[in-house]
Amino acid sequence: MPRPGFVLDVDKSTPPVLFHHGEGFRLEKLPADRSRVIYPGEPLEPLDDVNAAIQEALLNPVGDSQPLPSLLTPGMKLTIAFDDVSLPLPPMKRPDIRQRVIEAVLDMAAAAGVDDVHLIAALALHRRMTEDELRHAVGDRVYDAFAPHGALYNHDAEDPDNLAFLGTTKHGEEVEINKRAAESDLLVYVNINIVSMDGGHKSTATGLASYRSIKHHHNVHTMQHSKSFMDRHSSELHHSNWRMGKVIKDAGVKVFQIETTINNDTFGQEGAMSVLAKREWEWSAKDRVAFVGMQQGLKRLSSSTRRKIFQSHRAPYGVTSVTAGEIEAVHEITLQHCFDQHLVEVEGQTDILTMGLPYICPYNVNSIMNPILVMCLGLGYFFNMYRGKPLVREGGVLIMTHPTPWEFHPVHHPSYIDFFEQVLSETTDPKVIEATYEQQFAEDEWYRHLYRTSYAYHGVHPFYMWYWGSHALQHLGRVIIVGGDVRAVKRLGFKSASTLQDAFEMAEDVVGPRPTITHLKNPPIVMADVK
Amino acid sequence: MKALVFKRKPGKYVAAGIAGRLSAGKGAAVGPLSLRDVDEPELPTDEWVRLRPRLAGICGSDLATIDGHSSRYFEPIVSFPFTPGHEVVGDLDDGTRAVLIPVLSCVTRGIDPVCPACAAGRTNRCGRIAYGHLEPGLQTGFCADTGGGWSGELVAHPSQLLAVPDTLTDEQAVMVEPTACAVHAARAVLGGGTGDAPSTIALLGSGTLGLLTLAALRAEGSDAHVVATGKYPHQKALATSLGATQVASPGELGRVVRRLTGAWLFDDASPHRGQLSDGVDVVVDCVGSEASLTQALEVVAPGGRIVVVGMPGHTSLDLTGLWHRETSIAGCYAYTRDDFEAALALVAAADLGRLVSATYPLARYEQAIEHAANAGARGAVKVAFDLRKKDRR
Repeated sequence: MPRPGFVLDVDKSTPPVLFHHGEGFRLEKLPADRSRVIYPGEPLEPLDDVNAAIQEALLNPVGDSQPLPSLLTPGMKLTIAFDDVSLPLPPMKRPDIRQRVIEAVLDMAAAAGVDDVHLIAALALHRRMTEDELRHAVGDRVYDAFAPHGALYNHDAEDPDNLAFLGTTKHGEEVEINKRAAESDLLVYVNINIVSMDGGHKSTATGLASYRSIKHHHNVHTMQHSKSFMDRHSSELHHSNWRMGKVIKDAGVKVFQIETTINNDTFGQEGAMSVLAKREWEWSAKDRVAFVGMQQGLKRLSSSTRRKIFQSHRAPYGVTSVTAGEIEAVHEITLQHCFDQHLVEVEGQTDILTMGLPYICPYNVNSIMNPILVMCLGLGYFFNMYRGKPLVREGGVLIMTHPTPWEFHPVHHPSYIDFFEQVLSETTDPKVIEATYEQQFAEDEWYRHLYRTSYAYHGVHPFYMWYWGSHALQHLGRVIIVGGDVRAVKRLGFKSASTLQDAFEMAEDVVGPRPTITHLKNPPIVMADVK
Repeated sequence: MKALVFKRKPGKYVAAGIAGRLSAGKGAAVGPLSLRDVDEPELPTDEWVRLRPRLAGICGSDLATIDGHSSRYFEPIVSFPFTPGHEVVGDLDDGTRAVLIPVLSCVTRGIDPVCPACAAGRTNRCGRIAYGHLEPGLQTGFCADTGGGWSGELVAHPSQLLAVPDTLTDEQAVMVEPTACAVHAARAVLGGGTGDAPSTIALLGSGTLGLLTLAALRAEGSDAHVVATGKYPHQKALATSLGATQVASPGELGRVVRRLTGAWLFDDASPHRGQLSDGVDVVVDCVGSEASLTQALEVVAPGGRIVVVGMPGHTSLDLTGLWHRETSIAGCYAYTRDDFEAALALVAAADLGRLVSATYPLARYEQAIEHAANAGARGAVKVAFDLRKKDRR
């Protein structure tokens, strides 16, 4: 029986706590009697037979939906969309759950005589997936059967000939999605819900949409009114996507949603990384030796070699649920599975929130975690891992550990480089940035060209990263990065500290003496239910 | 009187070149420049007057000479020994102050009729700078007969003087000469009303000349989007305050221009750098180095212009792009009297005296030269000699 997540009150006997630090780690002693650590739950029991669970889900859908086979007819136009390389994190060991689900859907389609099938990576404004990444997601068999015929490809949010405008929500939000998906007799969406933000109407309304459509919810106003965006019922981001979902449905687009959840088995039960999932006071002598060995070994390597090693890690996640059918009914069940794994009840807010940022976020798979992504992971994703109210009080301090190198992947993140050099050097205010610069970047033909033909994130993407952190920026009194590149941290508008103790002293200038401290020990993923 | 004197000593000049390459400004310690007791220069004719410098600036062309890397091009148009210093505000015998207009054109040399350039008012292009009753010298500060600003006294022709209003400080007045260069450059950039005014400009270098050219572009009415490059924080701040729309580090300029102009790159494998498909209308190179000229060629638009304001020397450039993109490069030297008059107004309006960061007595010339040669890195802009007190002369 896996143990749930819990809150540890730190006392003098508490050993140093593991903080992720990019492609490395820190062991940090937290002040006794006023610190607490939120530990993630242990991996939930996975499904015994994933293939059987998939069959069960497809044949017994939830909500107002027919079983998949009865929706498949000869001569129909079928499109299967699937989540892109940003999920899950880190990537999962083969076979990827998307492959298993897609193979099952294709088997049923073949049995029904459906031969007009397209598979589309629903990457919105993310970079295109490479052949290797597509093969990893859908499997070699599917790739080889479809890609050579042009029937397996990446969504292109900038292809005017292949976008369909479906209408406008009552809030004036324009809905424009992939034309093939919109004009299909059935759209099957295959998702991985790694966190509660994913899935639901967001899958299609964002994943297959254009900039014209996405800009209506990926903006500062929406993000500052999503408290948090991990809690869909309190998230303006999701409200907007749900409104768009209605427009999509009313336009006649028939969606069969398949959502999956995975457990917290990020680092495995064996191997050097397995120690990262254990609670520090339960580390065996072997674990300690393994950890020290790993630390020493990493120190001797160049940053690019370290990056290569970490980026090659594939997680042995177990699948915890497969649910199919009508979008909203499916998603409510999916959310419950996510919360079962991630949610930990926490009493009250804290003065200082600490977090150790790992080497990966949704936008640097097989890439570099540049400073903008550090901001997004910390102030966007991790800060928003709450339900109820933020873990840290208004005006409180966020302390993150990460090397924050002034380094960018030139192919994946070209507009990020310009955003960092030319926009953040002028201002870090999300509203000013949005009003002054977004359109220039979004409509830059060169970025558009790179997004469409190379492997670059869309020109506007770094703006979204900044907006993702705008709720936190509005809420916090100070942000401190420990062990980061001082120049890069300054450019982000944050403070630098060389040690966690220095950071605590700097934080006291903002929150006063003897502050309360909460450490969000993530990953594996944990979400605070703050009472 | 005391004067810094630059003699023709080839051995020392070579030593200065080596020292200057090792560390900027070190040529002063080992080269042909020395502090000496000399006689006051003789008045070439009765017309000439004596000017006792109050402040005399150190210019990039002075530094190139002292550090032994100026071009041999100058050999026939300078005469030795000379006292450097052409950015000068000084006292006249009548107690008034004047700024020196250092170009030694036909009128100053007693040449009549004057050359076509001087006749057209373009004294900076004078074709007689090695002739007449003066020894060769393109300007005061490079001529054996006139003396120079880095001394207690020099001689000047009345056509070389511009009266300084009482409202102007010495610090402002000593900036008039470099500001006149900047006004001249701005007028060249803006085409003197003869062509389309550029809408995008890249200005390379935020040293004295770059900053002043920024101010002059705005004073001359340019509303172009001007991207300036600056290496140091104080340069960036000053560039912004003097009219730059954007300031970038030199290494960032290509990306800034790409975004500004919506250019594409011709190298997909390295999409954040490489050859631009487009560029700015005009590049104003206020550095004049091989690196800056190379960068100018990289960021100028097809059919665009490069205006070289900083003094270049021997450089090696790949001019394929110049040919292929029909780019033009034009030099921009010195000023006319009109430019000086505009500069006088500009230094007051923009308070350009604030760019004088440090002053030295002549006796500390080695430190002064070193400071000026490393001005950017040391948070300075203009370094000058202060000769206002007798013991400093």
